[in-house]
Amino acid sequence: MITENLNSIVGELSFFDDALEKYEYIIELGSLNSDFEDSYKSDKYLVKGCSSSVWLYCTKVDDKLFFHSDSNAMIAKGLASIICKVYSGNSSNEILNSDIKLLENLNLSEIITPVRQNGVASMQRYILEFAKDYEDGC
Amino acid sequence: MKNYKDDFEFFKNSNNVYLDSAATSQKPSSVIEAQSDFYKKYCANIHRGLHTLSNSATKMYEDARTLCAEFINAESSRNIVFTKGVTEGINLLAHSLSGYETVIISSLEHHSNIVPWQLSNKNIKVIEVDSELNIDYASYEKLLFENPNSLVSITHISNVFGNVNDVKKITSLAHKHSCLVHIDGAQAGAHIKIDVQSLDIDFYTLSAHKIYAPTGVGLLYGKFELLEQMRPYQGGGAMISDVSFQSSTFLDPPLKFEAGTQNISGVIGWAEAIRYMNSLEFNEVILHEEKVYSYALKSLKKLDDILIYTDAKNLKSALSFNIKNLHHEDIGALLDKQGISVRTGHHCALPTMKMLGLDGTIRISFGIYSDEDDVNRFMVALEKSIEILRRYK
Repeated sequence: MITENLNSIVGELSFFDDALEKYEYIIELGSLNSDFEDSYKSDKYLVKGCSSSVWLYCTKVDDKLFFHSDSNAMIAKGLASIICKVYSGNSSNEILNSDIKLLENLNLSEIITPVRQNGVASMQRYILEFAKDYEDGC
Repeated sequence: MKNYKDDFEFFKNSNNVYLDSAATSQKPSSVIEAQSDFYKKYCANIHRGLHTLSNSATKMYEDARTLCAEFINAESSRNIVFTKGVTEGINLLAHSLSGYETVIISSLEHHSNIVPWQLSNKNIKVIEVDSELNIDYASYEKLLFENPNSLVSITHISNVFGNVNDVKKITSLAHKHSCLVHIDGAQAGAHIKIDVQSLDIDFYTLSAHKIYAPTGVGLLYGKFELLEQMRPYQGGGAMISDVSFQSSTFLDPPLKFEAGTQNISGVIGWAEAIRYMNSLEFNEVILHEEKVYSYALKSLKKLDDILIYTDAKNLKSALSFNIKNLHHEDIGALLDKQGISVRTGHHCALPTMKMLGLDGTIRISFGIYSDEDDVNRFMVALEKSIEILRRYK
């Protein structure tokens, strides 16, 4: 399901040729993401390595993990929404066994700066850590 | 009216609106050619070779030192130490200047005028600023009174907000309290005619790459008797008069501070940048830059929800702002996608940002080649960026 989630977003992003329109779409995705509970806006859930503030937490329904994010910057919020959407709805095992390089398919390096790419890598790392914690029964 | 862009190769190859000259300037075509010519035609190491090419390279390097001395009206070329830039110049001072254990800085300093003093365990005292982000002279004089025999180290122009400090007043007050003065000229070199003798400054640092010259070169100016008293910063070749396995003796300044092979091509490129600036009527340059700066300020002030942090009278080079309830990074990213290069973030001035309760700002900054058309294109892109972000807020 991770691959399906990813392909769906890749398809949506590839619809835009213009970088500004692509950014606008990322911003729109962030604006539609409203499942974040403000009580999680604390240092504990702050993703280190992002140039703006990004918060990310995980919930579990049955054996599926769902990731929730927010940011004080709209593009970062959109990017975080995309990463959460890719991994949400999967088991910790599926997440941990997924290809670590799969986000390269989003071709974000074409539209975002190296600093933002580091931020995206940090978000992915947090998601994998959440999955590992659940896998270990924490 | 001269179009300065014609002198810069970059603008023949790019339609980008470059408003990040406070980070680094574009380089005139003549500078790029001079640096390239060195490698193509004259490449040799300096000072120690006896062959013709080495002598020729040494002459070009030392002629550049003389040009740099004239550029800031230093007493002579022996007052000019070549460095990598302001950061290395301040690190050199922090390492080599002894007897000054307290350093008085302002609230608007770049990290390069904070961290080197921390690394050398200096006692740092910070001058407050007023509501326009200018130096609060009551706070400054209090610190001078409480800390005589200190080093005052202050920026000439704030790299974040563009406030120009009154260096003459700062220096004169400092000297009354037996303090030495270092001025960080990183943002000033391209925009102000510097005269270290008239200002009676003890130390002055410059980064060449912000003054239309190559990266990796700069200078530390020092009064000669002070440079003589300072110990070398780094040891190695080119700075010694004699070496035994037990001890070494050193050359006189400035060479005792220039260990190892220097950035020869960068220095030669810098000389060409100074020749370029000398070929211009500097008063006209200043008027042109003031016109562009005030046009940008006026244009920004017309926007709703604009936040500008100073209304000071004397502003140059850099202009920082925010748009209420929008993140500076979002604005910067959308501007970039429309071909406008600006800087966003804390601008290597985290203590200043914390003092003002800011996460960061959007900074536009200007070079000699910036013009009103750049400002117009920037404003159109800025308004579009705001419109996009507001649509989804």
